[in-house]
Amino acid sequence: MKADQVLDCRGLLCPLPVIKTTKAIKSLAVGQVLEMLATDPGSKPDMLAWSKQTGHELLEIHEEQGVFRFLIRRTR
Amino acid sequence: MGTVDQLVVDRTQTAREETGKKTKRLAMVASKGTLDMAYPPLILATTAAAMGWEVGIFFTFYGLDLLHRQRVKQLKVSPVGNPAMPPPVRSLPVKVPDILGALPGMSAVATAIMKRWMRASHMPTVEELLELARESGVKLFACATTMGVMGVRQEDLVDGAECAGATTFLDFASEADVTLFV
Repeated sequence: MKADQVLDCRGLLCPLPVIKTTKAIKSLAVGQVLEMLATDPGSKPDMLAWSKQTGHELLEIHEEQGVFRFLIRRTR
Repeated sequence: MGTVDQLVVDRTQTAREETGKKTKRLAMVASKGTLDMAYPPLILATTAAAMGWEVGIFFTFYGLDLLHRQRVKQLKVSPVGNPAMPPPVRSLPVKVPDILGALPGMSAVATAIMKRWMRASHMPTVEELLELARESGVKLFACATTMGVMGVRQEDLVDGAECAGATTFLDFASEADVTLFV
């Protein structure tokens, strides 16, 4: 899946990935997809919780060599 | 399933739907004025705001320093009475004994070390986190009693700080889903 925007949060710790993702998702139109990259191991459970709380859809989580790649769709 | 059971299920469902609709609220007390203790309430506040929650922090006693234009720039870590204080060089297995931590200048050293770690981890400064909190609509309640006791005036506080008493905060907190004392 092709993302409409890519956000690089590699090397950042909590709370920055979640805060930057929130800002980025607001800059997209409803239905568009954001790709977020992070290296913080806490970002996986955090993005799951963020998705549950905000309602934005977490489409995919990939992990490769310590880098998490999240695909998130703006839903509202 | 009996009627009573069904009623419970229905009510739970309704309650769940209502909880889903209502904006969640976090009410927090920030009572500490050290550099290390400035981070937890601000990290939690900015994260909750990022999830779309309403957030209010009541800055009281030394916690009010976090809203003070000058003092927020001078927050320190004390190595005294802090058994968690790691050694200045991480590879050394020795802790800093309290008696050394009490020497003049040791707070400055501990503070510089923590700031260096924060920078190396790309963490925002306390002032940057406060700015993030304000940007995302976090309510910053400045404890009126602390202002009176410590002689802090409204103009000493950062923009966005609202002078408020315990009553105002408790009124805000009474509707909260999560309450924390830091």
